[in-house]
Amino acid sequence: MAKQYETVIGLEVHVELATKTKIFCGCSTEFGGAPNTHTCPVCTGMPGSLPVLNKQVVEYAMAVGLATNCKITQVCKFDRKNYFYPDNPQNYQISQLYLPIARDGYVEIEVGEGKKQVRIHEMHMEEDAGKLIHDEWDDSSLVDYNRSGVPLIEIVSEPDMRSSDEVISYLEKLRLIIQYLGASDCKLQEGSMRADVNLSVREVGAAEFGTRTEMKNINSFKAIARAIEGERARQIELIEEGRQVIQETRRWDDNKESSYAMRSKEDAQDYRYFPEPDLVPIVISDDWIAKIKSQQPELRTEKLERYKNEFAIPQYDAEIMTGSKTMADLFEATTAICKKPKKVANWLMGETLRLMKEHAIEADDLKFSPENLAKLVLLTDAGDINSSVAKEVFEKIFTDDIDPEQYIEEKGLKTVNDDGALKSAIETVIANNQKAVDEYKGGKEKAIGALVGQTMKAMQGKANPAKVNEMLREMLK
Amino acid sequence: MANVISDETIEYVGILAKLELSGAEKENAKQDMEKMLDYIDTLNELDTAGIEPMSHVFPVNNVFREDVVTNGDGHEAALANAPKQKNNSFEVPKTIG
Repeated sequence: MAKQYETVIGLEVHVELATKTKIFCGCSTEFGGAPNTHTCPVCTGMPGSLPVLNKQVVEYAMAVGLATNCKITQVCKFDRKNYFYPDNPQNYQISQLYLPIARDGYVEIEVGEGKKQVRIHEMHMEEDAGKLIHDEWDDSSLVDYNRSGVPLIEIVSEPDMRSSDEVISYLEKLRLIIQYLGASDCKLQEGSMRADVNLSVREVGAAEFGTRTEMKNINSFKAIARAIEGERARQIELIEEGRQVIQETRRWDDNKESSYAMRSKEDAQDYRYFPEPDLVPIVISDDWIAKIKSQQPELRTEKLERYKNEFAIPQYDAEIMTGSKTMADLFEATTAICKKPKKVANWLMGETLRLMKEHAIEADDLKFSPENLAKLVLLTDAGDINSSVAKEVFEKIFTDDIDPEQYIEEKGLKTVNDDGALKSAIETVIANNQKAVDEYKGGKEKAIGALVGQTMKAMQGKANPAKVNEMLREMLK
Repeated sequence: MANVISDETIEYVGILAKLELSGAEKENAKQDMEKMLDYIDTLNELDTAGIEPMSHVFPVNNVFREDVVTNGDGHEAALANAPKQKNNSFEVPKTIG
């Protein structure tokens, strides 16, 4: 029988914090500026410049630490991590090694048969590096330091995950917590959340871990799953062939669906950390921790319970509504206007999810306003438009955030509540569809459907189908 | 004069510092490093038992700035001394990692 292997995975997750300025200087962190426009002597590593710590970075890091059940390190400090690379203008990165801001936490994830804790080893604050753009034509690279000094927290888990599903649950959980705290938008695609995967395999039942590799450059949930499967297979193959897994850093290439070793011997990983002399220690009082705790916004679990109680929506609906901060905000804002929570939830679960899939976008990218969705709910509820028109209008709200009242007015989509017009339409339909009329009268209940359809067509979709049905039955008596 | 720096160590430190050293430079660097380590040995003669490691020379904590943008467009100053530049960026030998 073939040997059974278990995958052992730990993650290092980098999250860009949502501060307005960089970690050690007053430069903007705004994304997308022209190259090097958000720079100063500090974040370009000019001699003689001195870093000053952004207080908000400490507070966000504390908030994430507390929300993930960590112990806050009440005397913490920064260290220098030395390496030479053009994206790193100081030739060191200011990070935390010896006394990171938070340690020994956990998050709970949902797995197949229940819940599981993934322990957090530690969480530290550090600065991001610049960005390298490789010139296709010249044999050169261009360096943009706008991102240099953008604050990051790195969250290091214990090797507690055993499958790509568990890894994705863990990441989604972290993302939700951090988004709800407002500490980051956590967009994998834009790089504000990045995961490095430490992975090893061992025979099921083995006491010791196998040799692990670290994979970098993975920027979507799908890519993470593929990278994990790929690396697991690669390591098992090595072991089966009697070869060794080498401890190394590998870069995942999602286009080729394979990884390659990143650092050669010439780039030995020896960072010669030492305490950062340009920054003084941070002393965090009990009061400060209590203050951050008291400011903690409602997190997902609490929100979910509240939605069930306050809005009387089912568990399933509440789970989807709280599945992302954007969705929850949209749900609450829309409900506040139209006071129809279940109907709002139905739009967000049904058509919204369907269109998100069709347009391949995430909840965070939703652009429509609660005002317009609320109007649509009220229009539908009042019978001013029927459900198929409502779906059509919703698609326009979803893509262009149109005002539904204006839109149905312009397009003449309002349901005709004029009984006279409906009656004459039905008369015409009855006269022209003798066969269906006979079938219905002969007891074939289904035949009414064809007549409703014909009437709706004659009314250009602007009738209420329930009413058409009712009138038809009445007139065919 | 107890410390001896091996050829391997000097080679390794050279790799970390991204420096290519000639034979003579290696010998000089070895001697310098040996002297530095000897000096540290002198410091090690002090009895530091029971003394808490110091993380900073100043008795100061919690120096912060508020999260307010104070700097404007700094690209001209940043690039002023760049040996090579292109498209508002520093131009460096092709580096992929």
